[in-house]
Amino acid sequence: MQTKHLELTQVGIDFPTPKGPFNALTDVNLKIHKGEFISLIGHSGCGKSTVLNIVAGLHHATQGGVILDGSEVREPGPERAVVFQNHSLLPWLTVYKNVELAVKQTQRQKSKKQIRDWVLHNLELVHMTHALDKLPSEISGGMKQRVGIARALAMEPKVLLMDEPFGALDALTRAHLQDSLMDIHAELGNTVIMITHDVDEAVLLSDRIVMMTNGPSATIGEVLDVELERPRDRLALADDPAYNHYRHEVLTFLYEKQKKIETVTNRKRASGGASSKKSNVA
Amino acid sequence: MSKTVQALSQMSPTRSSVLWGTIMSSVPKLLMPIVGILLFLAVWNGVAKSIDTSLGQFPGPAQVWEQVVTLVDEHQAQREKAKAFYSRQEERNAERLALDPDYDAKVREYTGAPTFFDQIWTSLYTVMIGFLIASVIAVPLGILCGLSRSAYAAFNPLIQLFKPVSPLAWLPLVTMVVSALYVSDDPMFSKSFITSAFTVSLCCLWPTLINTAVGVSNIDSDLVNVSKVLRLKPLSHVRKIVLPASVPMIFTGLRVSLGIGWMVLIAAEMLAQNPGLGKFVWDEFQNGSSESLARIMVAVLTIGLIGFLLDRLMLSVQRWVSWDKAAVLR
Repeated sequence: MQTKHLELTQVGIDFPTPKGPFNALTDVNLKIHKGEFISLIGHSGCGKSTVLNIVAGLHHATQGGVILDGSEVREPGPERAVVFQNHSLLPWLTVYKNVELAVKQTQRQKSKKQIRDWVLHNLELVHMTHALDKLPSEISGGMKQRVGIARALAMEPKVLLMDEPFGALDALTRAHLQDSLMDIHAELGNTVIMITHDVDEAVLLSDRIVMMTNGPSATIGEVLDVELERPRDRLALADDPAYNHYRHEVLTFLYEKQKKIETVTNRKRASGGASSKKSNVA
Repeated sequence: MSKTVQALSQMSPTRSSVLWGTIMSSVPKLLMPIVGILLFLAVWNGVAKSIDTSLGQFPGPAQVWEQVVTLVDEHQAQREKAKAFYSRQEERNAERLALDPDYDAKVREYTGAPTFFDQIWTSLYTVMIGFLIASVIAVPLGILCGLSRSAYAAFNPLIQLFKPVSPLAWLPLVTMVVSALYVSDDPMFSKSFITSAFTVSLCCLWPTLINTAVGVSNIDSDLVNVSKVLRLKPLSHVRKIVLPASVPMIFTGLRVSLGIGWMVLIAAEMLAQNPGLGKFVWDEFQNGSSESLARIMVAVLTIGLIGFLLDRLMLSVQRWVSWDKAAVLR
């Protein structure tokens, strides 16, 4: 059942800076099976988003490459739909129209009725059919993120890429959306790559957790297989020793092996930089 | 305003209480503008009395108002004359036709001097055409410059070079070019109209162009990424993402452009003696009668009022076009 599906081989990327190229990522190797739920976790600035953007085709790897179902990823496309951190719904379109745009754009063969049914079906999945004619500015952050997920799902992606999808939400809303996401994943079986900085979220949702080392030249540090039975129940798992073991593993990686060293001098420089920026703006 | 307040206070208190409430709540909003205007009129009146020019005393509000009435009367008289002229002409043609059925009746235009209100109309028409030409060029070009760094790099030096040029420097060139190129036996538009409109266009281009380019290049990168993931074609990218996202900046540019265009037009009309409000001002100045200054003052206030109304017009168009109805527009 599990075949080779998405493959990252020796992926590395340099960003040009005035001081010469900055090596953000190096030697990222990852094989992902169809239907797998992968979390990327690491400290901020470690290049998680860069990995995701390379898979999405929004960034181009300077070394290595990404292969999806036998063809190389060269540009962005709807088969690798992205759920952005800040929902990025088009603010001038209603909930319905936002999803409709994606459907119309990616499934041209569909008739008017089929389009409408498919839009409604996807909004149904995220429980947002009650706000079809609302503008994004009229609904809450959690609802916007739901619509963002519906829009991504409506593209019928092979891989769903999620860039800290729940990062900007409060804890309760986040838990709700995580449950919704688990339901949807159980139903549709999409391959998902999700960036997160929340250890509980990673353990609860993932089949595998990919832990990244700190940059520059960040790479994959460890990969943790999460072998918990699905469907998973957050309440039952809270007391589960296996669950807590996985949490412990991730926490150990993040706070012992890859402890982020922020020295006083660094912090000073950072704040000095910020203040000089402010004076520039003024 | 004060009259309505008095009239209302005499109404029965029960019926008018609701209306009274709404009026009273809008009083603070209206109060300060009215105070401002009254203060201005008082200062104007005071200062005007102490200024003596070679054309007599500088006109105060009363003299200017007098001229407003005169200008309206003159306009009506001119309309009457025109009407009379056309009816006489019709009669004569009918008579000629009765005598000779083969007679080819000619309708001649009435050639009376344009009144103040004719000049207003000419100016409005000219500024709108000039502004439209400029917008049709500037918005697409601005979008191109906003989307493509190389297009921006190519156009930027030209924009920076021509942006600060005064319209009056363009005027002789435009006049000569129009005379040379616009040759037709039966011209649809007069040369003076084309000259004025093009001069306005040349000055209206830049603010719209620059604001559009800035607006387009500052679109939220997430929205651009959405468009990339959806593989929107360039044209639908512009239509579905770029245009709605940059509507506020485009309109900021358009409003600045229209304001500049209106100022430029008056100056161009004065300098080139092209029909319009500017010519009215210049003619009155040359005329040098004792009423001239008051009539010029009427024109000055009219120009200001029309400029203000044009800006409001653009604002309501923006409200109508923009998706963001909640945005505070000022």
